[in-house]
Amino acid sequence: MNFNDTPEQTRFRSEVRNWLQANATPKPPGEVKALQPAGAEGSVNYIDAQAWYKKKADAGYACLTWAKEHGGAGLNAIHQVIWNQEMAHFSEPDNYFFIGQGNCGPAITHFANEETKLKLLPRMASAEDIWCQLFSEPGAGSDIAGLSTKAVSDGDNWIINGQKIWTSGAQYSRYGVILTRTDPGISKYRGMTMFMIDMDQPGVQIQPIKQMDEGHHFNEVFFNDAVVPDSYRLGEIGGGWGCALTILMHERLAVSSVQPTGFAEFLATCKSLELNGEKLINDPVVRERLASWYCQQAGILNASNRMFTAVAKGGMPGAEAALGKLVGATMSQEIANFMCQQLGQSGIIMEPGYSEFDAHYQNSLLLAPGIRLAGGTDEIMRNIIAEQVLGLPQEPRADKGMAYSEIPSGNTLTQ
Amino acid sequence: MDFEFSEDQKLIQEQVRTVLSEQSSPEQVRTILDSDQAFHTSLWQQATELGWAATRIPEEYGGLGWGYLELAVIAEELGRSLAPIPFSSSVYLATEAILLAGSDEQKQHYLPKLASGELIGCLAMSEQQGAFSSQDLATRFADGKLSGVKIPVADGDVADFAVVVATDAQGGSLYIVELDDNNLERQPLKTIDPTRSQARLDFQGANATLLGSAGQGQPLLDQLIDIAAVLFAFEQVGGAQAALDMGIEYTKNRYAFGRQVASFQAIKHKFADMFTALELARSNAYYGAWALSCREQGSVPAELPLAAATARVSATDAFYLCSKENIQAHGGMGFTWEFNCHLYYRRAQLLSLNLGGQAEWKNLLVDRLLASEVAA
Repeated sequence: MNFNDTPEQTRFRSEVRNWLQANATPKPPGEVKALQPAGAEGSVNYIDAQAWYKKKADAGYACLTWAKEHGGAGLNAIHQVIWNQEMAHFSEPDNYFFIGQGNCGPAITHFANEETKLKLLPRMASAEDIWCQLFSEPGAGSDIAGLSTKAVSDGDNWIINGQKIWTSGAQYSRYGVILTRTDPGISKYRGMTMFMIDMDQPGVQIQPIKQMDEGHHFNEVFFNDAVVPDSYRLGEIGGGWGCALTILMHERLAVSSVQPTGFAEFLATCKSLELNGEKLINDPVVRERLASWYCQQAGILNASNRMFTAVAKGGMPGAEAALGKLVGATMSQEIANFMCQQLGQSGIIMEPGYSEFDAHYQNSLLLAPGIRLAGGTDEIMRNIIAEQVLGLPQEPRADKGMAYSEIPSGNTLTQ
Repeated sequence: MDFEFSEDQKLIQEQVRTVLSEQSSPEQVRTILDSDQAFHTSLWQQATELGWAATRIPEEYGGLGWGYLELAVIAEELGRSLAPIPFSSSVYLATEAILLAGSDEQKQHYLPKLASGELIGCLAMSEQQGAFSSQDLATRFADGKLSGVKIPVADGDVADFAVVVATDAQGGSLYIVELDDNNLERQPLKTIDPTRSQARLDFQGANATLLGSAGQGQPLLDQLIDIAAVLFAFEQVGGAQAALDMGIEYTKNRYAFGRQVASFQAIKHKFADMFTALELARSNAYYGAWALSCREQGSVPAELPLAAATARVSATDAFYLCSKENIQAHGGMGFTWEFNCHLYYRRAQLLSLNLGGQAEWKNLLVDRLLASEVAA
């Protein structure tokens, strides 16, 4: 065990630090910034993020762990840890496109042929092409394998019909990775196939969802005879579920270390805010919460670093990565609620000019329920840990042994 | 950077675990629970013969000359097996105190005998309820003699000597007192965890010799407690893991409503939460162990005080959670004397209090967090 850098890592860290100092905006000390809900294409957020990714790519810092010929830097997971540590001092949109790079990237790396990789991955790495992941459906959320969007073979093409939902960034995506039903006559897990899909075609329509926090991060995506060439298929026909599991493991590890917890903002607030003439940090109740949340914050970081070590040594990300999101999402909600309560009656105010920290805590409170649901609910995360890490028995399933087409669903019952 | 123990360290851990699975099995631990014996003497003998107590003692004093990382993996196994021996008192506290502050003469006298297990040491600090403070200690040293009452003192009834925190003309210092002195009384205490012994020590003008510089009691104690906090955290992590494993094993084999109890989501989610708390605690303990290990290279990293408090607070939370929910998962049988669940619950409470309670440590953690922010 050695948390210090090797000489090679020291060199890399100092190169990164120098480059960031010259090219990135430093985070002002003690900053408590209002959370910016991701905007639509053409918004400042989106354009800024794309510019930042291009800058990284030009300097050779895009997708550090990908092969160089795929637009990456050919480095390992520990270099990514170093990058994240250094990046923490700067306020750039560094995790803006993590769905594409964190989920769709590994899907293509694992399941596409070399020609496709050479063509698509470098443009994904530099964020010239934005990608989205099309898994969830109105009738298939936690039970994602119950999805119904159909892909039917038609010569060298597949024709897609159905609807996806909760698709992050669909409105600015050039491509998507989509999980479809190709054989409803067999078990739901064996009848799925995964494809890349061109989002820019008449058969694909995107409808933004207005979230309870007023953001528009997620979308509904409708497929009406959308066309996908067979060369865009990822993995075997009927092998979609295995592909999806591989991608979700990568997602959980990627999210685990960058999951916003709200801790840094809370600490800054504790140090700076005075209520009733007393600094918050001197309140024993605040100190008690601060200590507990610091332990969780440090624990997520140290646990992620251990997982990155395992990956750097050649392992696959394990299911234990689910804990970062599980703990971080709840923490962000609890911190937001705790701080609103500390503010007393003013805690409800979101009016610009009258709200503490540009309504950061109120916005966090409204966003947090979504974080606990997106990318696998708290309950699904616990199931994953219980079944895949601890080896506990699987949930008894009422649809076991049935063909997909025989499984009852709310939709079929009401029809 | 490498955030894992080395293959060699994992091998040591395996070997220690193999020995303890027989010698410190639940049946063995219960021989101490159900008797007046203070500790498991044959286990202690074996542990010291295998050199566990000698881990950090330099070779010139008859030790193995290994580091904190090796001691940490041993600590995890002792915690897992609830080993009923005075290891933490003698090794993490007394031995470390002498390594930290002892004169050459004290090192030559004590270290070889601590390494071999011939001597058992302990630390006597607590005097009254509430958070420990060295400011208002009633135990005083003057003219070579020490007087005052320390309670509770872990292993105070069986140790050969105690490192005592006392007030003196220079403010406060550490003293060594041989516990066969006629001018002291020791009384074993009934405590929440009968598998580890505790005592009340009443010093009535006992001979005492200074350990470290006079007036340096508080800073030395701070360093010592941070070292011990990380090693205690490994014992807590080991204990928490054992409690989690025990709950899983039991509920997999027990059936209700025609299903394995472990297949109910209410139970699975409980275990997922226990695992999560444990994994955070384990990761924080690893970071603490690394910070400790930097002492051996002569550099004490600025992160150590915060890392130690973080390891401590997380481990205390994790062991409490895992030990109480293990009882819950067992249902009524978990509440019986016969089942071993209460051994973990008791040990969790003991380990969380022996170096000061959770409120005290959380307060300390926040002080250190703010100090590290200023330094950064």
